[in-house]
Amino acid sequence: MEGKGNNILLHKMFHIEGGDFTSAGSISDQVKKILKEAGFPNKIIRRISIATFEAEMNVICYANRGNLSLFITPNSLKVVVEDQGKGIPDVDLAMSEGYSTADEKIRELGFGAGMGLPNIRRNADEMILTSQFRHGTHLEFIIYLDRQETQLPFE
Amino acid sequence: MTLKEVKEILNAEVISGDHDLEKEIKCAIAAELLSDVLALAQEGALLITGFTHSQVIYAADLANLCAIVLIKGKRPSEETKRLADQKKMPVLTTSFMMFEACGLLYEYGLKTCAIKTENGRKGK
Repeated sequence: MEGKGNNILLHKMFHIEGGDFTSAGSISDQVKKILKEAGFPNKIIRRISIATFEAEMNVICYANRGNLSLFITPNSLKVVVEDQGKGIPDVDLAMSEGYSTADEKIRELGFGAGMGLPNIRRNADEMILTSQFRHGTHLEFIIYLDRQETQLPFE
Repeated sequence: MTLKEVKEILNAEVISGDHDLEKEIKCAIAAELLSDVLALAQEGALLITGFTHSQVIYAADLANLCAIVLIKGKRPSEETKRLADQKKMPVLTTSFMMFEACGLLYEYGLKTCAIKTENGRKGK
């Protein structure tokens, strides 16, 4: 991103508590609400909502706590998730579909199939994932508004 | 097929969204994994599932699905029902098992809304 595209029109930060399964989904819900009120196209809202839900679940399932930030700029929507927790020892492995370290509780909720991170990557135009083992994980993903014609390959 | 027809075919009870029964249902996805719902369901799909917690409502709403049918006579908690009302996400419950519920709807012409996969995982 260059030039005026860097102007942040809105920055909203949400706290996520690890292990708080009962309210899981409520932050993605708020993100969706903000984007809907701002009048973004449905398809874009759907992509960012799905990716945000997966990211929110990841913090609840695997971290102690974290913050999720939504940034709206003139040409992009960006979500940054910083968490403190056990981190990911092997990011490449975590990115491969079907790989999961989920426990029974997570699976009971219908998550933990090893689809979360790949699903975030699929819905975003760009995704960055870094992690410090035993410290935490940094995830960010962007959807560019001027690439609206760019759709998921299967849509 | 309308949601009302789905209700009749499955002899289902409407838990939330009584006023929305004229909604047109074009296709459906059955899933016992919310990750599959998020990854594979197309917009506007009817979700057939056994999940009754709030996350199923959030997932259906975030993915723009049109309604939820719970199988095996499952009922959501008051909290889940409240969320469904708030999100205007119709929820029905049927006493049929997953296989029968899907089979009946398929027989009556409802088609899949899941993205075709090669090995059950890759969205191609």
